[in-house]
Amino acid sequence: MSAEQDILQELAGRDYEFGFETDIEMDIAPPGLNEDIIRFISAKKNEPEWLLEWRLKGFQLFQKLAMPTWQNFKLPEVDFQSVSYYAAPKNKVKYESLDEVDPELLRTFEKLGIPLEEQKMLSGVAVDAVFDSVSVATTFKKQLNELGIIFCSFTEAVQEHPELLRKYLGTVVPQSDNIYAALNCAVFSDGSFVYIPKGVRCPMELSTYFRINAKNTGQFERTLIVADEGSYVSYLEGCTAPMRDENQLHAAVVELIAMDNAEIKYSTVQNWYPGDAEGKGGIYNFVTKRGICKGKNSKISWTQVETGSAITWKYPGVILQGDNSIGEFYSVAVTSKRQVADTGTKMVHIGKNTRSRIISKGISAVHGQNTYRGLVKVGPNATNARNFTQCDSLLIGDRCGAHTFPYIESKNNTAMVEHEATTSKIGEDQVFYLNQRGIDSEQAVNMIVNGYAKEVLNQLPMEFAVEAQKLLSITLEGSVG
Amino acid sequence: MLNIKNLHAAVEGNAILKGINLNVKAGEVHAIMGPNGSGKSSLASVLAGREAYEVTDGSVEFEGKDLLDMSPEVRAREGVFLAFQYPVEIPGVSNINFLKTAVNEIRAYHGQPPMQAKAFLDMLKSKQKLMEFDANLMNRSLNEGFSGGEKKRNDIFQMAMLEPKLAIMDETDSGLDIDALRVVSAGVNKLRSKDNAFIIITHYQRLLEYIVPDFVHVLYNGRIVKSGTKELALELEEKGYDWLKEDIRLEEPVQ
Repeated sequence: MSAEQDILQELAGRDYEFGFETDIEMDIAPPGLNEDIIRFISAKKNEPEWLLEWRLKGFQLFQKLAMPTWQNFKLPEVDFQSVSYYAAPKNKVKYESLDEVDPELLRTFEKLGIPLEEQKMLSGVAVDAVFDSVSVATTFKKQLNELGIIFCSFTEAVQEHPELLRKYLGTVVPQSDNIYAALNCAVFSDGSFVYIPKGVRCPMELSTYFRINAKNTGQFERTLIVADEGSYVSYLEGCTAPMRDENQLHAAVVELIAMDNAEIKYSTVQNWYPGDAEGKGGIYNFVTKRGICKGKNSKISWTQVETGSAITWKYPGVILQGDNSIGEFYSVAVTSKRQVADTGTKMVHIGKNTRSRIISKGISAVHGQNTYRGLVKVGPNATNARNFTQCDSLLIGDRCGAHTFPYIESKNNTAMVEHEATTSKIGEDQVFYLNQRGIDSEQAVNMIVNGYAKEVLNQLPMEFAVEAQKLLSITLEGSVG
Repeated sequence: MLNIKNLHAAVEGNAILKGINLNVKAGEVHAIMGPNGSGKSSLASVLAGREAYEVTDGSVEFEGKDLLDMSPEVRAREGVFLAFQYPVEIPGVSNINFLKTAVNEIRAYHGQPPMQAKAFLDMLKSKQKLMEFDANLMNRSLNEGFSGGEKKRNDIFQMAMLEPKLAIMDETDSGLDIDALRVVSAGVNKLRSKDNAFIIITHYQRLLEYIVPDFVHVLYNGRIVKSGTKELALELEEKGYDWLKEDIRLEEPVQ
């Protein structure tokens, strides 16, 4: 047992591998949240009047809405007035080639293991890299243009595609959904917009790397993906953040819309700074993600690997409105050190013959607290709705926790809802078995954890699966002796 | 190869091994028999380095090195293999990836480069043939959903792949039907060479009909109380252990 304690100590003492800070001159709004700041942001981005008003409405709702009280963790006091709500790299010209991009910025990407140039050539992934709040590099645009696919920063979409944006913005996550969603409406900085036209299958994985960089800058991304009839798109989102002392707030909103026969696959690998062994620092990741299967036979699939952040609080859900539509949620959430994750999904069955599948794998180590919270709701007209939920928890050590809160509401007696749950501890016997075949404890734990999470990792695109495995290893290195 | 001197070990303060002496040379097969609770499996666990077992006295030398000073994985890399009484299941970890990792960890320890994919697959195939191992089990998760017999056969297959110097088989025969016992024994006999050694822990003489030992030791109450050749196993089969217990009781005051 003592060896286990030692290694747990060592794990707790591990430094965040991606903790560094880039020195680029920032264009920062003064800290504080008020109408003037919102007008400042809107003006900086040269936004039309309707969007400014939409922001202001969000701000009003933010002021009215109360903080949630139902979560399974102590909500830290967030001083919204001490946060700066706008930061942009000063040099705002659009680059023709990577040579023109600030070399400091490129080095940052390299440290993160995502050299743009290499990605362009090797992986076929179109990267819309968000550095702080403003997009500085967009690739593969031409190829996508030829297919009529729109993949651009939110700011750009406001200028180039205002009619599309206006039609869909806020239609899946209402401005009044929750206080953090309302805040995002008011001060969202940038993000991504994707539109896939009718019948088009997006030929590459669309990818965005988010990164918080400027001190005291909340990150309020907004992503909107619309897949028109019969189209398909796979979108990847991944992020790491530099080390810092004070907590940082991240309150993103993601909306997905799938029309008849369309499919959207949305994958996330989240590795924001989790804070140190005492729980100091770290990102608060309060995100609202929701998709709607608007059309018949449509499908939305969420896959997430959550290894970072001090607190992760999110429930990517699917509203199954179209008949025969499918919603999926695959999740691996790891909490180590003093990390907290309260995550799960909402599947709302409205149309007939709708199906949903939930696979959640929680992993808790050291003092980590992991909560699965899920809602499966079947409406009165959702004849023959089907849900399958599997919710597993894995514990490493004896000071961490796993909690499960599955909610089921069914108003249709033809619905079939299944729930399976397991809780297990990484067995000393398993680790010893692998030791006895020449594999050290650290690698043994990696193998066991990756095996446990395999069902979810298999859902990720290849290059992301590799990154996700690495993150699991980094987060849990040496957690059992 | 293996030199155990006056080995004492305890679990949670309870003495389990009370002065084991055993010398195993390359090319030899030693059988260890004894009634339930005599310390047979504990001896296997101590040699493999299971954490719950605390060595309180004595020494174990393996190929001239202090075995007790090594971590379990280093013992494995040095060439000590334990075929488990109850092989564990590890869901989601494919048998083949597990084996590849194990083979390459052992190679790395000896300063060898990782095995190329093709060389590894060739080795896998030839060993599968040698051990009559079902190729379908290779692609499944490690022992997950395997029958008791399949788990034991998987362990012996791993033994063939890892080519240990010393293999300790902890009641490998328990839970095997007669056909599986024959296949496992045949596999072990194929692996026997002048360079390696086996310690076979068993309740029953039956296994020793298939794997003929050079020496048989009887473990009782944490000590080896009698050693002999394979005929001793037959004698035990006939008379049970009780006659030994009486012998020991008579000897006890003398020690």
